[in-house]
Amino acid sequence: MNVAVAKTGNGRAVSDLFASAEGRLPGSPAVVAVRREAFETYERLGLPHRRIEEWKYTDLRALVGEVLPLAASPDAAALKRAADAVKAHAISGARKLVLVDGVFVADLSDVKAVASEAGFRTLRETLEKDAGLLKTASTDAVISLNAAMATDGVVLSIADGAQLSAPIQILHIATAASASAFTRSQVAIGKGARATIIESFVAAGAEAYQVNDAVIVKVGDNSDVAHIRLMDDAPDAVNITSQFVTIGANVKFNVFNMTTGAAVSRLQGFFTLAGEGSELSVNGVNLLQKTEHGDTTLVVDHAVPNCVSREVFRAVIDDRAHSVFQGRIIVRPDAQKTDGKMMIRALLLSDEAEADNKPELEIFADDVSCGHGATAGALDDSLLFYLKARGLPEKQAQALLIQAFVGEAIEQIADDDLREHVIGIAERWLERRQ
Amino acid sequence: MALLEVKDLKVRVEEREILHGLTLTVNEGEIHAIMGPNGSGKSTLSHVIAGKPGYEVTDGQILFKGEDLLEMAPEERAAKGVFLAFQYPVEIPGVTTMNFLRTALNAQRKARGETELMVPDFLKKVREVSKSLNIPQDMLKRGVNVGFSGGEKKRNEVLQMALFEPSLCILDEMDSGLDIDALRIAADGVNALHSPKRAMVVITHYQRLLNYIVPDIVHVMSKGRVVKSGGKELALELEASGYAQFEDAA
Ligand SMILES: Nc1ncnc2c1ncn2[C@@H]1O[C@H](COP(=O)(O)OP(=O)(O)OP(=O)(O)O)[C@@H](O)[C@H]1O
Ligand SMILES: [Mg+2]
Repeated sequence: MNVAVAKTGNGRAVSDLFASAEGRLPGSPAVVAVRREAFETYERLGLPHRRIEEWKYTDLRALVGEVLPLAASPDAAALKRAADAVKAHAISGARKLVLVDGVFVADLSDVKAVASEAGFRTLRETLEKDAGLLKTASTDAVISLNAAMATDGVVLSIADGAQLSAPIQILHIATAASASAFTRSQVAIGKGARATIIESFVAAGAEAYQVNDAVIVKVGDNSDVAHIRLMDDAPDAVNITSQFVTIGANVKFNVFNMTTGAAVSRLQGFFTLAGEGSELSVNGVNLLQKTEHGDTTLVVDHAVPNCVSREVFRAVIDDRAHSVFQGRIIVRPDAQKTDGKMMIRALLLSDEAEADNKPELEIFADDVSCGHGATAGALDDSLLFYLKARGLPEKQAQALLIQAFVGEAIEQIADDDLREHVIGIAERWLERRQ
Repeated sequence: MALLEVKDLKVRVEEREILHGLTLTVNEGEIHAIMGPNGSGKSTLSHVIAGKPGYEVTDGQILFKGEDLLEMAPEERAAKGVFLAFQYPVEIPGVTTMNFLRTALNAQRKARGETELMVPDFLKKVREVSKSLNIPQDMLKRGVNVGFSGGEKKRNEVLQMALFEPSLCILDEMDSGLDIDALRIAADGVNALHSPKRAMVVITHYQRLLNYIVPDIVHVMSKGRVVKSGGKELALELEASGYAQFEDAA
């Protein structure tokens, strides 16, 4: 079959997305060439659908249909709304780097404070010289699309031995309705450094927007890093975010992901343990209600021996929501003494709630300890009754038990302010159920 | 005035009738003891009064302060002053005892249209009550009943009772699993709550508890009915002769 122009559901040509945005996409001519090639890859593949194995449970063609046009640069009114959102969503004690509709906004950010302890540039600045940041070894169409369309992002480098005195919060704010924001960031962490990096996704009045974000993290030997991603989008938003992490030797890398919004979301993480003696811990929480679809997909690649990885994923699923967890642990032939475990726990709050789990172990070494487990169920009736017999109405009794379920993950966040912030997001999710 | 009136109550569990027409009236200020062999339906009665799901009331009624208790949700019953100290309290991991106590107390107050208790007032109250029950403060920081010994769980039930100040307290085998000192402390806690407006229903197998909590009326339950009621001497009689004589009566 010969199709001249691929059309989206609205009759817009797919290529319009790039053509109409091209003038606004930063970068040297070399960068533009890289973008164009990435877009061609995307055009060829189209949005992922259920026959693509990695996207089996999250068919973006069915769930999303089309990619919306690039959001306009935020105007004064948008920035005013964003400023209010910063007040509402900034984590106390953290230093903010704010992206509004995919554009870095220095006025809303703590550039000076960040730059006092870390190297900082925007993606826009970086792309004036070099297209390297747009290249990732990925065949995923959404990542190609991200490379083609990324308007901005933050590029952080934390020096060897640096001990950040405060977490850095990259705050993504959507103000533009029915439009897309594409961002790409990089965090390079030096040897022996200590850092907490938070990414938050929120809306400032925007509806039906789309986010496509990618973050590349390079972790030097002997460092101690916490990486937190909080997807707290508007109920009708779409958010696809990808995380690429390469971990050196003797590193402690703790990830906490939480999704509490968006009609369709996918948080995908690709972790490579590239140095021996490292410990990777990934805690994920999905809180889904209404008809939300939330997907967490993790690939942990043990490329070298003697590393430990732990993934614990918790989903609380209400109404007709759908939670997807895919976790793959790869143990390369040389990666002896790998200890990799995955645990999936789903709490189903309604008969129509749905959970799909796909744990996979691909083990090519013989002296390893790997495994996965899963539990799924409703709230315990005997516990609910005990609480009701003490005066708690049904929803409040449920809320207490849900908090306990999620709390086990949240308690592992070391920073007090950050933990309180995350508890606050979970509490607001619970209030939306009342 | 009658606080609790159970009239000709018939209850089924999973198609099997457990209570076969049980009648019991408890007036304000009274202490009742219910004794009876294993499986006679004592816990079933207490669960139906508290509103536990899974029981089908096929006949009869339960009035609390003249209102139809069976029409109310469990949390409404709690807010109106019904309290059951469970024979087997559950463990709730991840919910600290302190958080649970405060949430429950405030939920009851809210349901009654009262204001929430301020944190300092609440803490003061918990500290007083837990001290009198010999409950260490760090136990309150743990998950509700998680890792508590049998006796500690029972004391935690009495602690809640003292904190919520219900008007009807049903204690289902509060004495089982308690050592002699703990029994005396818990019984003192119960007695401290005794007032002309408040009634107690004490379910027990052992006369010993009734030396500490002295009942006005003792009921003997057998096979889903109250088969005999009398004064406290009835408990001594049971201790001497057992339940065999009542099995036929039922
Ligand atoms: N959920 C249930 N399903 C089936 N049978 C039940 C259930 N709950 C109670 N029963 C039965 O009902 C009867 C009464 O039980 P209940 O627990 O009320 O007795 P009890 O008088 O409290 O006994 P004990 O002194 O041992 O505590 C028993 O025969 C018991 O097996
Ligand atoms: Mg019993």
